[in-house]
Amino acid sequence: MEKRVVFRSRWLPYALLAPQIAVTLIFFFLPAGQAVWFSFQLQDAFGLKTQFVGLANYAALFADSNYLASFKVTAVFSVLVAGAGIAIALLLAVMADRVAKGALAYKTLLIWPYAVAPAVAGVLWAFLFAPSIGIVTYVLKKNGVDWNWVMHGDQAMLLVVMASVWKQISYNFLFFLAGLQSIPRSLIEAAAIDGAGPARRFWTIVFPLLSPTTFFLLVVNIVYAFFDTFGVIDATTQGGPGAATHILVYKTYYDGVKAADLGGSSAQSAILMLIVIALTVVQFRFVERKVQY
Amino acid sequence: MIENRPWLNFLAHAILVVGVLVVAFPLYVTFVASTLTLDEIIHVPMPLLPGGHLWENYSQVLTAGSEGGAAAPVGRMMLNSLIMALAIAFGKIAISIIASFAIVYFRFPLRKLAFWMIFITLMLPVEVRIIPTYKVVSDLGMLNSYVGLTLPLIASATATFLFRQFFLTVPDELAEAARIDGAGPLRFFKDVLLPLSKTSIAALFVIQFIYGWNQYLWPLLITTEESMYTTVIGIKRMITSGDALTEWHLVMATAMLAMLPPVAVVVLMQRWFVRGLVETEK
Repeated sequence: MEKRVVFRSRWLPYALLAPQIAVTLIFFFLPAGQAVWFSFQLQDAFGLKTQFVGLANYAALFADSNYLASFKVTAVFSVLVAGAGIAIALLLAVMADRVAKGALAYKTLLIWPYAVAPAVAGVLWAFLFAPSIGIVTYVLKKNGVDWNWVMHGDQAMLLVVMASVWKQISYNFLFFLAGLQSIPRSLIEAAAIDGAGPARRFWTIVFPLLSPTTFFLLVVNIVYAFFDTFGVIDATTQGGPGAATHILVYKTYYDGVKAADLGGSSAQSAILMLIVIALTVVQFRFVERKVQY
Repeated sequence: MIENRPWLNFLAHAILVVGVLVVAFPLYVTFVASTLTLDEIIHVPMPLLPGGHLWENYSQVLTAGSEGGAAAPVGRMMLNSLIMALAIAFGKIAISIIASFAIVYFRFPLRKLAFWMIFITLMLPVEVRIIPTYKVVSDLGMLNSYVGLTLPLIASATATFLFRQFFLTVPDELAEAARIDGAGPLRFFKDVLLPLSKTSIAALFVIQFIYGWNQYLWPLLITTEESMYTTVIGIKRMITSGDALTEWHLVMATAMLAMLPPVAVVVLMQRWFVRGLVETEK
């Protein structure tokens, strides 16, 4: 879509664009280019000499079992976060769409965790489940569960998934609710007159019509699990125990900042960029085709 | 309501109430813990009713900080967070509203290029290019400064797109009328476009304020002085290893303070928040 009526000026549009373009160039294109450039180089331990090594950093990454394990951890983590977050939010949204009374109150009470920082969400859940003092830990131990996420990798994973899902439910809920409210009532009424019960109406009409929203949320949630959950992980498990919650972003950060491996970390950045670009392309492709039925 | 099924309505309310309670539970426990003494928390199980140390704990963290870990007062950190959130929100809105005005209302060479340069930034979160961005900022001497905290984060395409979508829906007749009346582009922008954009600006403000307030990785990297910590970083620095060593009552009071402003913004500006969220993503 283009405007028919436009203004004419030789310099004004450039002046208006200048701030945004300047910031984008300095803090976006320059670093992104540098990440790719560093990823082809090897630095000695003191950062004095650099040497062009081609794809050696990438080759080293894919030969590194830790990196491959981090891929696996990230996959498990993002599937759990996206799956649980979407399922729970859909259930709540369908219920909120159904009730006539108190819908606004429920909505207000469900959306606020969106405003909580991921790191704070991590701290809250880590406190509930703290191995020695946590209130939930106390209940679990009473029931014979040996809960200690500092020791057990799968429990650490469960903890970061819970904290991440808790923060993301509100976002998914709002989108599902908006999607549900845009479905024409007449469709559902027609099905009801034909004798379809609530469950059948949901699976044959509502759920298929929600598929664009669901797909959109799937991509957004995967991106969220990949990147925004950094705060959750850093504030709770810090990738541990062992490497049980060492997701890709955390490893990129760890290798670059804590281990000072500039080349390796940059190569990881470049790979992450490729993953995000791929996800975005997939999303645009499907959104254009409008997933339905 | 399509048909009356009382038990289904009951079930819907039951599920929603359980959902609301589960979502609120961590917040409630945090609040309770922030009103207790450390001894009461460490003594398992901690009480589930608020204690009497609310004032004590909050005034201690606000003015003096914790005793172990980071000793910086949280009041200062909240000021840092507020400056960061406001600068990011206003900065983003300002630079993107004029950029999209240029893209929508002018024809000039390189217009497509500018559009795509901005568009591509939509895809890559800061987390992906941490180390090189850090290097750029440190080369520019912006570590431990408000400029370094905010400027790299105001380069984002979402706001530009929202304004572009909105400007495209503004009727052409308005620009035409302005031109006939002899108003230049800047006059048109100030007197016509800006007042029309009020709701979009409000919606965007809510989203970006939360985004700015909740930043974690970026301030973690570039703030090394306690006086520049944001609240979220402060919490992290207060947690020492080992459950018993951490001053949980103070950590929880700080967590409450870290959540209060963004949650208040979401709840009080709910209408704009929902609009901003749904529109920036579509």
